[in-house]
Amino acid sequence: MRYSIYSLLSKALSGHRTWRPMWRDAAPRASYDVVIIGGGGHGLATAHYLASRYGVSNVAVLEKGWIGGGNVGRNTTIIRSNYLLPGNIPLYELSMQLWEGLEQDINFNAMVSQRGVLNLYHSDAQRDAYARRGNAMRLHGVDAELLDREGVRRLYPFLNFESARFPIQGGLLQARGGTVRHDAVAWGYARSASDRGVDIVQNCEVTGISIADGRVAGVETTRGRIAARKVAIAVAGSSSRVAAMAGLRLPIESHVLQAMVSEGLKPVIPGVITFGAGHFYISQSDKGGLVFGGDIDGYNSYAQRGNLPTVEDVCEGGMALMPMIGRARILRSWGGLVDMSMDGSPIIDRTPTEGLYLNAGWCYGGFKATPGSGLVFAHLIARDEPHAAATKFRLDRFTRGHLIDEKGQGAQPNLH
Amino acid sequence: MRIPCPYCGSRDAAEFSYFGDATLRRPEAGNDAAADTTAMFDYVYLRDNPAGPHRDLWYHGSGCRSWLVVTRDTSSHEILGVVYAAKESQP
Repeated sequence: MRYSIYSLLSKALSGHRTWRPMWRDAAPRASYDVVIIGGGGHGLATAHYLASRYGVSNVAVLEKGWIGGGNVGRNTTIIRSNYLLPGNIPLYELSMQLWEGLEQDINFNAMVSQRGVLNLYHSDAQRDAYARRGNAMRLHGVDAELLDREGVRRLYPFLNFESARFPIQGGLLQARGGTVRHDAVAWGYARSASDRGVDIVQNCEVTGISIADGRVAGVETTRGRIAARKVAIAVAGSSSRVAAMAGLRLPIESHVLQAMVSEGLKPVIPGVITFGAGHFYISQSDKGGLVFGGDIDGYNSYAQRGNLPTVEDVCEGGMALMPMIGRARILRSWGGLVDMSMDGSPIIDRTPTEGLYLNAGWCYGGFKATPGSGLVFAHLIARDEPHAAATKFRLDRFTRGHLIDEKGQGAQPNLH
Repeated sequence: MRIPCPYCGSRDAAEFSYFGDATLRRPEAGNDAAADTTAMFDYVYLRDNPAGPHRDLWYHGSGCRSWLVVTRDTSSHEILGVVYAAKESQP
């Protein structure tokens, strides 16, 4: 399916009844070179880059539900690469660069909007920490600008600068950060992969992983057995369950993260703002709704819905930061499953089973990494060696003590 | 989500703090350093993370300040049973 002004006109004249699906709703074949478990953003991006950059197109993407129904449609659409640690920055910056060229690459309007991401600081110590992070970013070629209080005031005069408890002292701005329409990311990658020969199979739940002589042989699914030379797991919140099918226990807990959207308002918040004294982040969608979120609920969950105390806590953070939003009504809230790794960083690695690859542990930061994660995972699957931007995300780093402890925010330290 | 505290009765989950998987047991040190390291790694990092009944540790900080072992279905948040952690840990 391709779009143009002519197709729009002709379909309009035929009452919009002749639009075709964007990608093939494939039935699974008996065997593939690569089977990707999980048709979310990361799985679809992996399929796209396998087919477009590594010449591997005999690929199936198996999705338990429907494309766009999981975390790729549940996040708050923020993209950024404002990380501190050398293990993290290259991957997120690779991802940012891929976002910048994404629409040309997949020929799809994903509404990539580099409206700027501003992290506010509220104390001298926090300013020093942000200056350090900004310096680390710039040493890696990432844009970062440390704003003082007046700099922030020029951007966002409506913030609560006079708060006695958490006065805004300034912020760290990544101007290249912003938002992306998340559904379009799923659809665009799905169409691109499908056009290159990848089978996208929906309503196909993997129920087992076949292993023969320490090597992966295929997967058992609700739509029959599928043989595969390589199997790649990219299932976010369900990582522990799928890895258990291959006898793996992961350093991961599944938690629920909630997000909320207000009723549509006139343009009021031009960029992405995060509160430094609580956990609250907000942006305004192009439809006008304020999209915001904060902490995970904090207990193990697979329910894809959370509880109201967390909603209240997030809203309190928002009110402390920008009291003007108090009169906006919340339209919807929802939850997504996040795979909280024990150090807060992802795992992109081979597994002890030959031919079985794992992409997991993204915590609540998976969406921004979608293109980069897909590219480095495709590289790992095709070449059997880690991509240069993702050498540290090893499964065995926990045994070796080489944690990537960006903020001390894994599942358990309760520092979210 | 409400948790039926055995001392205080049914209370909002916001009164409680979560402390993770209640089935984990800190391993005793033995004579084999490599085995001890592996056992400690398992204890610190690895989780069963089941979708279904899960034994949680909760602390009723805004109530009776008891540590509780709550059996809870992680797929539905349904509470299946609550006991005092102190009783649970007795042999």
